[in-house]
Amino acid sequence: MNPVLKLMLEGEALSTAQMAEVLRMDAAQVEKELATLKAQGVLLGWRPVLNPDYLAENQVFAVIEVKISPEREGGFDRLATRIAKFEQVRSCYLMSGAYDLMVIVSAHNLREIAAFVFERLATLHGVVSTATHFMLRAYKEQGYLLAREHAPADKPAVSA
Amino acid sequence: MSDNSQRFVAKHVASLPRSGIRDFFAVVAQMPDAISLGIGEPDFVTPWHIREAAIYALEQGKTHYTDNRGLLALRKAISTYVEKHFQLAYRPEDEILTTVGVSEALDIALRALLNPGDKVIYHEPSYVSYHPSVTLAHGLAIPVATSASDQFALDPAKLAAAWQPGCKALILNFPTNPTGGVADRARLEKIARFAVEKDLIVLSDEIYAELTFEGEHVSIATLPGMRERTVFLHGMSKAFAMTGFRLGFACGPAPLVEAMMKVHQYCMMCAPILSQAAGIEALRHGWDDVQRMREKYHQRRDYIVSRFNEMGLPCHSPRGAFYAFPSVQNFGLSSMDFAKRLLQEQKVAMVPGTAFGPGGAGFVRASFSTGYDQIIQACDRIAKFLETVAAEKGKK
Ligand SMILES: Cc1ncc(COP(=O)(O)O)c(C=O)c1O
Repeated sequence: MNPVLKLMLEGEALSTAQMAEVLRMDAAQVEKELATLKAQGVLLGWRPVLNPDYLAENQVFAVIEVKISPEREGGFDRLATRIAKFEQVRSCYLMSGAYDLMVIVSAHNLREIAAFVFERLATLHGVVSTATHFMLRAYKEQGYLLAREHAPADKPAVSA
Repeated sequence: MSDNSQRFVAKHVASLPRSGIRDFFAVVAQMPDAISLGIGEPDFVTPWHIREAAIYALEQGKTHYTDNRGLLALRKAISTYVEKHFQLAYRPEDEILTTVGVSEALDIALRALLNPGDKVIYHEPSYVSYHPSVTLAHGLAIPVATSASDQFALDPAKLAAAWQPGCKALILNFPTNPTGGVADRARLEKIARFAVEKDLIVLSDEIYAELTFEGEHVSIATLPGMRERTVFLHGMSKAFAMTGFRLGFACGPAPLVEAMMKVHQYCMMCAPILSQAAGIEALRHGWDDVQRMREKYHQRRDYIVSRFNEMGLPCHSPRGAFYAFPSVQNFGLSSMDFAKRLLQEQKVAMVPGTAFGPGGAGFVRASFSTGYDQIIQACDRIAKFLETVAAEKGKK
């Protein structure tokens, strides 16, 4: 795996300059690697991982299970992409099992999500049914545990 | 006169030096904002699935003593693991003893094997416990110096030169704390031949074996004539990041394990059952975690060693464990003074090499068992400190 990518995936919060230090490359090389990863469509972008409790002040999240009817050509892809394009949709996946698409949406409040489901999603030709689940509390966000673990205060700073 | 009670302390205990690490720790403890490169244990928390196994055992009411040797399931897991990763076959029934860390295993091995006055050779700089453990078992510890020019591997010629009548045992520790030294097969073969020739029993502390970055780790017990005279010591502390569980084990020929078992049953009874449950999970399913952590140490090692060399702190590349052991000889300071001033002036803690024996003079131990951000910052600060010291030296 690309070393720059690997370092980022390990969740080390390092600046480009620090990555360059650690990987013993120069900063320009790291920038170039990052540009290549972007050009290849491997690295989609940057976003800080925020604590959902912080976001909860003015955002609500919901998972929507959507059943859709596949089309003769393209299967689920055309409709899935169409749904994914709405700005409220954060993630959209085709699933195996009882429904077809799992759509993760966020909005300022519950009413906005309801409006999205009734006015946008459910009215699309090809959408058979929806089931909306609101997120109540987060325990882990993109690999970060919210109940943080702390080393005991008396862990020796120097040991054999 | 309250001092008077000192007279009750046994002579061989009274004569033990205090651990140099403890002295240094007292200084660091007063500096909460110092970056510590002094830590002798993994910075990783024990992988969750292993911790979860201990919790499950607790829920199941596993709160009792176990067989003195440890749970049979654990000994079976140890047997399988050691065979797979060390090419050593030991019977779970009578050739494996579960202990409270390698610390206990080493202690009971020495107590089980030494008659008063027996001599034990070990290579030095070394882990801080070897010399005192031998003394506590009424033996006489004989250090053999290893050197930076030899990447701190044990030189068989020096070993032979250190031998004297009355030598009964040899303690080996590869990869080595604090130097990161390793011994390759060719070297171990020479050491093994010497052990056979002099009829030495070898206590092989291989606690850092999994954290070998280059070359294969070879256990001396696999070499001709060695299995019958080797006690293989290993544990969960380092590779599995389980120091707080206090779990280790000793493998060896049945009569030796039986002798150790006698000491163990009277002084310890058994290792804690919850730790044993966690150990089973770790040995069966923890290999991926071990590799993930090793890779991290490996990257950090590459970084810290090249930074040290760039800033003029000569440092060999340790081939195992998680310690760099740079030389500070160019700066006209003893390793203790270097470490103390670095701590006071730049708030970075490293352990003076002399904590690991006189052979550590002129070196400091820098543990890379800490996160990148800390290591980077520490390196920046050390570089600043070196500039100050070099400028002073220039003025003189
Ligand atoms: C070389 C060596 N042996 C043994 C130990 C003790 O390990 P345990 O936690 O298994 O008692 C250590 C710990 O630092 C060590 O470095």
